[in-house]
Amino acid sequence: MRSVDWVVVILYLLLVIGGAISIYAASYDYDNANIFSFDEFSGKQIRWIGFSFILGLVLLLIDKRMYETYAYPIYFIIVALLIVTIFIAPNIKGSHSWLVIGQMSLQPAEFGKFATALALAKLFSGYNFVLNAKKSNYVKSLVLILLPILIIMAQNETGSALVYLSLVFVLYREGMSGLVLFAFAFAIAIFVVTLKFTTSAVLGIPTGEFVAFVMIDLAMVGVAAFFSKRQVVARNLVLWFLFVTIVVGIVAGICGVKLPGEATMISITVIAMLYCLYEVVRSHSNRLFMPIIVAASSMVFMMSVDYVFNKALQPHQQTRVKVLLGIEEDLLGKGYNVNQAKIAIGSGGLTGKGFLNGTQTKLKYVPEQHTDFIFCTIGEEEGFIGSTITILLFLALILRVITIAERQPTAFGRVYSYCVASYLIFHLCINIGMVIGLCPVIGIPLPFFSYGGSSLWGFTVLLFIMLRIDASRKDSRNY
Amino acid sequence: MRKDYKLEKRKYVIASFIVIIAIIYIVQLYALQLDDDKYKNSADNNAFLKKTVYPSRGLIYDRNGELIVYNQPAYDVMMIPRDVQPFDTVDFCHTLSISREQFDKRLADMRKSVGYSTYTPQTFITQLSAQDYGRLQEKLYRFPGFFIQKRILRQYNHKAAANVLGNIREVNPKDIERDPYYERGDYCGDLGVEKSYDRHLRGVKGKEILIRDAHGRIQGRYRDGAEDIPGVAGRNLKLSIDIKLQEYAESLMVNKIGAVVAIEPSTGEILCMVSSPTYDPTILIGRQRGENYAKLNSDPLKPLFDRSLMAAYPPGSTFKPTQGLILLQEGVINLNTMYPCYRGYINGGLRVGCHGHGSPLPLKPALQTSCNAFFCWGLKNMLDNRRSKYGTVANAFETWKKHLVSMGYGYRVGIDLPSESRGFIPNAQFYNDIYGENRWSANTIISIAIGQGEILATPLQIANLSATIANRGWFITPHVVKEIQDTVLDKQYTEQRHVTIDKAHYESVAEGMRMAVTGGTCRLAALPDIEVCGKTGTAQNPHGKDHSAFIGFAPYHEPKIAVCVYVENAGFGATYGVPIGSLVMEKYLTGSISPQRKYLEERMLTSNTIVNSGVKKH
Repeated sequence: MRSVDWVVVILYLLLVIGGAISIYAASYDYDNANIFSFDEFSGKQIRWIGFSFILGLVLLLIDKRMYETYAYPIYFIIVALLIVTIFIAPNIKGSHSWLVIGQMSLQPAEFGKFATALALAKLFSGYNFVLNAKKSNYVKSLVLILLPILIIMAQNETGSALVYLSLVFVLYREGMSGLVLFAFAFAIAIFVVTLKFTTSAVLGIPTGEFVAFVMIDLAMVGVAAFFSKRQVVARNLVLWFLFVTIVVGIVAGICGVKLPGEATMISITVIAMLYCLYEVVRSHSNRLFMPIIVAASSMVFMMSVDYVFNKALQPHQQTRVKVLLGIEEDLLGKGYNVNQAKIAIGSGGLTGKGFLNGTQTKLKYVPEQHTDFIFCTIGEEEGFIGSTITILLFLALILRVITIAERQPTAFGRVYSYCVASYLIFHLCINIGMVIGLCPVIGIPLPFFSYGGSSLWGFTVLLFIMLRIDASRKDSRNY
Repeated sequence: MRKDYKLEKRKYVIASFIVIIAIIYIVQLYALQLDDDKYKNSADNNAFLKKTVYPSRGLIYDRNGELIVYNQPAYDVMMIPRDVQPFDTVDFCHTLSISREQFDKRLADMRKSVGYSTYTPQTFITQLSAQDYGRLQEKLYRFPGFFIQKRILRQYNHKAAANVLGNIREVNPKDIERDPYYERGDYCGDLGVEKSYDRHLRGVKGKEILIRDAHGRIQGRYRDGAEDIPGVAGRNLKLSIDIKLQEYAESLMVNKIGAVVAIEPSTGEILCMVSSPTYDPTILIGRQRGENYAKLNSDPLKPLFDRSLMAAYPPGSTFKPTQGLILLQEGVINLNTMYPCYRGYINGGLRVGCHGHGSPLPLKPALQTSCNAFFCWGLKNMLDNRRSKYGTVANAFETWKKHLVSMGYGYRVGIDLPSESRGFIPNAQFYNDIYGENRWSANTIISIAIGQGEILATPLQIANLSATIANRGWFITPHVVKEIQDTVLDKQYTEQRHVTIDKAHYESVAEGMRMAVTGGTCRLAALPDIEVCGKTGTAQNPHGKDHSAFIGFAPYHEPKIAVCVYVENAGFGATYGVPIGSLVMEKYLTGSISPQRKYLEERMLTSNTIVNSGVKKH
């Protein structure tokens, strides 16, 4: 027990207790308040917290090798459970994700996280396993990740499913090209820019599209500089874009000629691509294919943003995105939650209104305030200080988990710990981000804080298995 | 297992990613929580329904304790736009007896008005009648988002003294800017004591803070009412006005343009203050106020213009007592100094006409007969005497002016009513600008000696002169409020202001004015058993027939009342000024009019001088 990482345990306790207090505050009713009444949200949560302590203790007592040995069986049992859930779960607000057992209801998706983490860790701990060594390694990893995603999406719990995407961090840590992360970010950027700036126009095309073209051209220069040893190519690209900017500026701006915007931008980019192709042929440097691929795929993506947006997203998701991007203002409809959440947090000021004095949350202006929007209660009652401390506690926990991950002697321990870190990162970013209006509304809980046994137990299991693995890291040297 | 150090570095990428995200979020929290107050306000607007508790406005009594102005409840229909749910508009309009067009218009007006917010109570219709209120109260539950706010309206027991009392109106954006106490929809005093004593009358608004949940349901009182502010009722006022006397004086002034001001000399309290034509204060109550106010405002006879303190008239011969006082004080004359009058003042090719009386004559008979020549000679000797102590005409003139200012001329007397005019007394610079330095002398400006020319005074200032003579040399700033509930009257309305002229000279002037009643221009003012002093005035003016003026006080010793009457375009002072002034004094002193003077009363009640004013009423 002495080798348990007490920093994580203390952070865990602080967060859980903070969560219990927040839930008490969030569900506090002016008329009848009794923290120990098990009918109340806070009463139930306290019971679940007690159970999760027992759960954590039990997990610490189990031999580390059990987790490694039974990683795949656990994974498949949970996957089976997830599949079964689709069929036997009652319809709760359109999703089939809750298993109801008597008084209890459980959300198996929360337990899919640790199972997937175990399975992934098991895969990576195979003898001489190097992710980049074989393409089939990627396929295996992706199958392990995508399987729960697809099942949970079938349960109509998109938010919980998206959490698994965060495991891309683990793949990155284990050797996946950073370009993939870059592509992710670049795609999001183009998506946002193209959707948001549609009302004004440059060169007769929407500003958003124009900016996206400029971004693509800049990305070409960047990729060319990064991948090619011959900097002259990047330099020539820069010169070309500068030259064209000046020419187009003079022609359109000063002479007032109306250029066909779409065609102009496409031809500028295509000429740059052709130049790269020429350099590929001339100097036999295949790496210069990269800028061409980036530009081509980005342009295709950009052209299809509207299509993707309208076809791939459901109407309520479209509205959420539009509200977030400020394209639509709908304070009484789709934007109501976020607007009221911002009012709640914003009204907290520096020190907050004081425990149980929040009006936004007490008077039920913020919906889902004890589950997904629990952060509002902290923001309103504890103010900037309280909410900053909460974020810093989470940050400390995540950084600590990364430290633990890096000190693991085995790939199993490292990959598992990185999975934990990734889940936490995703939950923190999305949950707090949506509450303060920086991310679209995706219904996932704030770990340890949001009301609900499944979420709390899910994260408890995740953390304590990691602590168990970490506690015996020195033993493994004796193998 | 070997470590891949190149890959291990990627932990920094992941760690910095989450650190940057955390920083961005904290910055956003800073922006939300510390940088912007709007969320705080939104949260308060969400949760707190602040209902204003309007205190009752102070009552107004006359000097004898007679209630003049009191309150009556009125009901405003308020709405909180965001709480309004679809309702039966036809039923709603029917209940309030308004048409659908009016309803739509009112709604549109409300949206356009400054400070419109969907979160705060907006005034939908003001001042419902009791019947409409009753009908609406029953059905109110059918119109969510609407509620009724009880308000206070004024009601009047006497249809008199509108100019003194003033009225109340809804505040405009300027009022709100000027005084942060006001909020949209509040009422404030307009004109009269309602305006000048608004701070006392209005009391302090209260606030009731109710807690409202997301569904608009009231959850109770915030902190059990601990933060509520109870309203404080406004203070009552006791006016110095005698409402009976005011009504009587107003009746005498019917169909005349002008003013009557009566002052109790020993206290400076104004007993009545008439501006004619006046109006019925009750027409400015309630919803018809706007319409009636516009009508009064466009009336060519200007009933809203309080002539008793806003009109600056040439004082005419009522000015002569001041001249006698100055000449005596400066030693230009003594009581035996006689000046000639050959049917007027004739000097340097100049002639100021006068009427038949003995010549030469000293001051008292000059006052008695209102001799123009005497005062012209007096002014000439004061200003033009090269060997005098003044040195120059300008210096002499400044001395002359200084005395007049001490008597309350040329500047606002300081009455406790808004918009007082200061009248006009020129200074030497004024004439220097017109004629050039040293290029004017007494004869250039001689008409000021008899209260004509550039001299202008308000009836209030002229009445104050009368009170000063009655007191023999001092006055208390005239005022209309005698007592403010729980408050001490401002010092300026209790302190004596002493004039720069000796008491003895006042005694002489008072005697002259007594002689005017016993055997001079004011014989009509003589009352049985009461020694009245008086002075007529007949002021030439560019608007037609002369203005008729009168000042007087009574009794001669220990005066109880001093009056000034000014009737525009009514001819000699003796024809209108004297009868009205003496009737007011008699009424006040004896409570009735003696039988032998009834004919005067009858004549004043029925005569009409508006016809001479040249104002055409459509």
